[in-house]
Amino acid sequence: MSDTPAIELRKINKRFGPVHANKDIDLVVKKGSIHGIIGENGAGKSTLMSILYGFYQADEGDILVDGKKVTISDSKAAIGLGIGMVHQHFMLVDNFSVLENVVLGAEDSALLSGGINRARTELKRLEDEYELRVDPDALIQDLPVGLQQRVEILKALYRSAEVLILDEPTGVLTPPEADHLFKILEVLKNEGKTVLLITHKLREIMAATDTVSVMRRGEMVATRETASTSMEELAELMVGRSVLLRVDKKPAQPKAPVMEVENLTVTDSRGVQVVKDVSFIVCAGEIVGIAGVSGNGQSELLETLAGIRRATRGTLKINGETIDLGTSTLDAADMRAKSMGHVPEDRHRMGLINSFSEYENSILGYHRDPAYSRGVLMDLAAIKKNAVAEIEKYDIRPPNPMLKTANFSGGNQQKIVLAREIERDPEVLLVGQPTRGVDIGAIEFIHRRIVEMRDAGKGILLVSVELDEIRALSDRVLVMFDGKIVGERGSDADEGELGLLMAGVEDNNKMAVEGGAR
Amino acid sequence: MSAGQLPRWVDYGLIPFLNLAAAFLVSGLVVVLIGENPLDAVQLLVWGSVGYGEGIGFTLFYATNFIFTGLAVAVAFHAGLFNIGGEGQAYIGGLGVAFACLALDQIVPWYITLPFAIIGSSLMGAAWAFIPAWLQATRGSHVVITTIMFNFIASSLMVYLLNNALKKPGSMQPETRTFEAGGRLPFLNDIFPSFGFGYAPVNLSLFVALAACVLVWVLIWRTKLGFEIRSFGANATAAVYAGISPVRTIVITMLISGGLAGMMAINEIMGSQHRLLIDFVTGYGFVGIAVALMGRAHPVGIVLASILFGMLYQGGAELSFEMPNITRDMIIVIQGLVILFAGALEHMFRPAIVKLFTPSRALAAKEA
Amino acid sequence: MFEIVILTLDSTVRLSTPLLLACLAGLYSERSGVVDIGLEGKMLGAAFGAGAVAYLTGNAWIGLLAGMAVSIGLSLIHGFASITNRGNQIVSGVAINFLAAGLTALLGQTWFRQGGRTPSLPEGGRFRDIILPYAEELRDVPVIGGLYSELLSGHNILVYAAFLAVPLTWWVLFRTRFGLRLRAVGENPAAVDTAGISVTWLRYRAVIACGALCGVAGAYLSIAQSSGFIKDMTAGKGFIALAALIFAKWKPANAMFACLLFGFLDAVAIRMQGQKLPGIGEIPVQFFQALPYILTVILLAGFIGKAIPPKAAGIPYLKERS
Repeated sequence: MSDTPAIELRKINKRFGPVHANKDIDLVVKKGSIHGIIGENGAGKSTLMSILYGFYQADEGDILVDGKKVTISDSKAAIGLGIGMVHQHFMLVDNFSVLENVVLGAEDSALLSGGINRARTELKRLEDEYELRVDPDALIQDLPVGLQQRVEILKALYRSAEVLILDEPTGVLTPPEADHLFKILEVLKNEGKTVLLITHKLREIMAATDTVSVMRRGEMVATRETASTSMEELAELMVGRSVLLRVDKKPAQPKAPVMEVENLTVTDSRGVQVVKDVSFIVCAGEIVGIAGVSGNGQSELLETLAGIRRATRGTLKINGETIDLGTSTLDAADMRAKSMGHVPEDRHRMGLINSFSEYENSILGYHRDPAYSRGVLMDLAAIKKNAVAEIEKYDIRPPNPMLKTANFSGGNQQKIVLAREIERDPEVLLVGQPTRGVDIGAIEFIHRRIVEMRDAGKGILLVSVELDEIRALSDRVLVMFDGKIVGERGSDADEGELGLLMAGVEDNNKMAVEGGAR
Repeated sequence: MSAGQLPRWVDYGLIPFLNLAAAFLVSGLVVVLIGENPLDAVQLLVWGSVGYGEGIGFTLFYATNFIFTGLAVAVAFHAGLFNIGGEGQAYIGGLGVAFACLALDQIVPWYITLPFAIIGSSLMGAAWAFIPAWLQATRGSHVVITTIMFNFIASSLMVYLLNNALKKPGSMQPETRTFEAGGRLPFLNDIFPSFGFGYAPVNLSLFVALAACVLVWVLIWRTKLGFEIRSFGANATAAVYAGISPVRTIVITMLISGGLAGMMAINEIMGSQHRLLIDFVTGYGFVGIAVALMGRAHPVGIVLASILFGMLYQGGAELSFEMPNITRDMIIVIQGLVILFAGALEHMFRPAIVKLFTPSRALAAKEA
Repeated sequence: MFEIVILTLDSTVRLSTPLLLACLAGLYSERSGVVDIGLEGKMLGAAFGAGAVAYLTGNAWIGLLAGMAVSIGLSLIHGFASITNRGNQIVSGVAINFLAAGLTALLGQTWFRQGGRTPSLPEGGRFRDIILPYAEELRDVPVIGGLYSELLSGHNILVYAAFLAVPLTWWVLFRTRFGLRLRAVGENPAAVDTAGISVTWLRYRAVIACGALCGVAGAYLSIAQSSGFIKDMTAGKGFIALAALIFAKWKPANAMFACLLFGFLDAVAIRMQGQKLPGIGEIPVQFFQALPYILTVILLAGFIGKAIPPKAAGIPYLKERS
């Protein structure tokens, strides 16, 4: 191991319009190490790595590779300097074979056959050296995500990458796949490669890295040896304050069930079962949290209950009415009519129409409500009056119902959605990722609202990938793994125990849970 | 990118103006290329289109066609759909007008026939849009391609019908018999002789078109259906979340769009030609795309853009009369340039303008 | 009867040639992710350019080059709008169709004053039919004579070029570096970008290739199939080529069969005009004219296999702000 750092960044700055995504970033990455970069969503990690990979250009600052100052004007330059990157969203051509994807951009000559043949031999060698096994002639679209990611790594190695950047690599992986990935990274390190691991998950940093740098709001706030730090310290550095999420709430006083889900199975467009025979109940006056690693069926469960997605099988009892979800054609409007509100996981994609004004968004989904219409016409006066009232009650800023929602901050956008769904006073509220990309102040406000709703005797189903949020809000916690509910715990559930369940480790209390969930 | 925040008057005034100016500048170059003086040409064109009563009458007559086809494209735009089939829908819409007129013209006065002609043309136009709409909604077949195909199918169908089923007995012309008084809309010249529209065929359909503008405005910005159409067009996923059915929205929007395009036939068939004949649409459907783009899919903008294109059509005809070198094909060139600059290249001037409007603020921010 | 079949197939070949060239042109563009409904306009522009220059120079080859230049010029406008300015590709295509229709007629009238036509070509300004070796000698041999002397021999060079372009296009697409990148950029431009390849330049090369082939298609109409340019002489062939491209599911060999099918329908329509079929009666010629479009709609509806366009087709590439 030489002393010259593999990568050194000095005073990197990058702005996107008014957003200062990277502020005076300094970073030193030791050769032959696994260096983690951790931070919340939007802290500027991906932007920084995109600059290193030549996808964006920094406004100011220097990049040094192997001690030499370089300019990385595009990805080609980065590849030439031995930098490879595995993007969060894979950069693969789905209907190409593994080989074709590997040679794309590194074809050797104008004719393909030479490059393809070299790649075939080289893949064999890499397979032996790093135990990266994958069928070179398989089409990408037929491979599971874990193997697709492996192809991305092979692409970088084929281009003789010495430094490998992985951007949130485990977001799409199951825990065993993630563990396997970390083993691969260890092998790469032992072969002398340098790895930069970008993540927002503390556990991964602790498990896989040698050194860790923490980013917060576009700034590099600290660098630590992983061995000499703790999750608690890193978490505090990430959010800039102690992260003990505490929500003041009285113990729940659950009453009769308002929502009963039985044997729900959902199949996605690829024909894969994403929700498998799930059953649970939600009572009036309680918050039921669903914990789980992203992509274990929570989103599909929520969307199915909301009437957006079709189920293959299962029944839903809501307010005493029984619906056969396997055959029902009820859409989101019908579910709202049955007094079910829904705060979706992704407000930009689903919860709001960002080119619309605030007042228009304040009735999205409730536009057919007689309170806001006169015959076929919309009652604009009533709609605006309601919007103004919600703005006041939820302290939405700026308090201007005519403004497009694109111009509100994340927290205020989320309040617009929350106000719309809560103020219709539904008996059941589905809530997905209520505080994703939301500032601290708004988080507390949103949490308080949800608890108030519970105290008003409504049933709430909460889905969040943030375990802290689940533990802070929920009266009961259900854990989803691989489309199934694998365990149930109370509000005092132990974090480590929940973590094991989320990772798919067999639940000792399984029998007890089965009984309790029904 | 969100960095492109501009004042409203720049977005809705300056940029469209620059795009249009660029189109006309290039048109001027084409005139120079032909060896004529572009300023003289502009003068002739303007005078020919708005300089005297009959010219204005022709301008308004053409504008009536463009209002219908422009509205048709605009309504579909609001749902994020590109209805490029106005041409075929208007052509088939002619059938509806002809059926109403042929059935009623000898029995009742025109004002009884008109409602039937409106219903007939919009139903036929909507029917012709239905299959592309249905295929888009349920099978994902791209509506742009299917509506192009349906333009050609409409063309073949109409030639066949006019040559075989609808032809006047004993005639060689592929056209229906001429309608009697009950199948003819009054010319505006007969209603308002003082305007001096002369022989210009501008007729009562102009008011039908303006009424359609008002109705479309109400539909898009004041009704629940309009809210659903705009929601679906702006963010289809959010629309589904809001319980708005994509199938229903696509089909209804395309039916309205096709119906509006079909109504164009009222102006041509019942208002001017007084018989159904081959190729009476001649590109008006396609011009609707330019009109909708220029008018920013808003009825007021569409009326203005329609008048502009009406002027081009009428002024262009006068121009080709005065300057034989500049044939009426010049109008098609100008249309092409307007579609290019106001449509496909609409963002060309944007970065420069954003730069022009931001430095002062950015500097201020930096200093502060 | 055999003779009628051969003659029909012979005109099928002639009628499908411009479709095939335009269809392959569209294939390059759309495979790279740039949707092109301006094939019609580019063909028309090329037909005019070729007709005008071939008349002025008396040289068919210079005419061909001129036609290709016009078509490539229009392609570059489409590229500037849809690649550089990220404009709407459909709108840009519509604009090009208008521009070509207007300019060819306008300039034709200004320069030649024959109502938008170009004057009849001099000797040498037109591609002549090529008689293959021994075609005359074999003419009277049964079957072989018909097939070889009538069907294979006696076409102009652009016909042979069009059919040779099919395997060539296949080879370019699937056996060269350019083809690999072209296919990739139409499916996932971000993958190409992160592999260090310029998406912009790649797509420009694709639309230039499209322009070149469309230019040959247009030149075929005005200086090979006929002797001079006539106003609106493409008469929707560009759109049939587009339909054929969809029908062929964006694959070269399929494109040839689709164009032959559509050319055959055209040839049959001409032959059947005014003739009664036993038991069916006279089939209206309009039916054959509409059939390519009807078939394409049925295909698009997914009732006979599914036509799935390149994934990134029609979507301007913009680096995502993460």
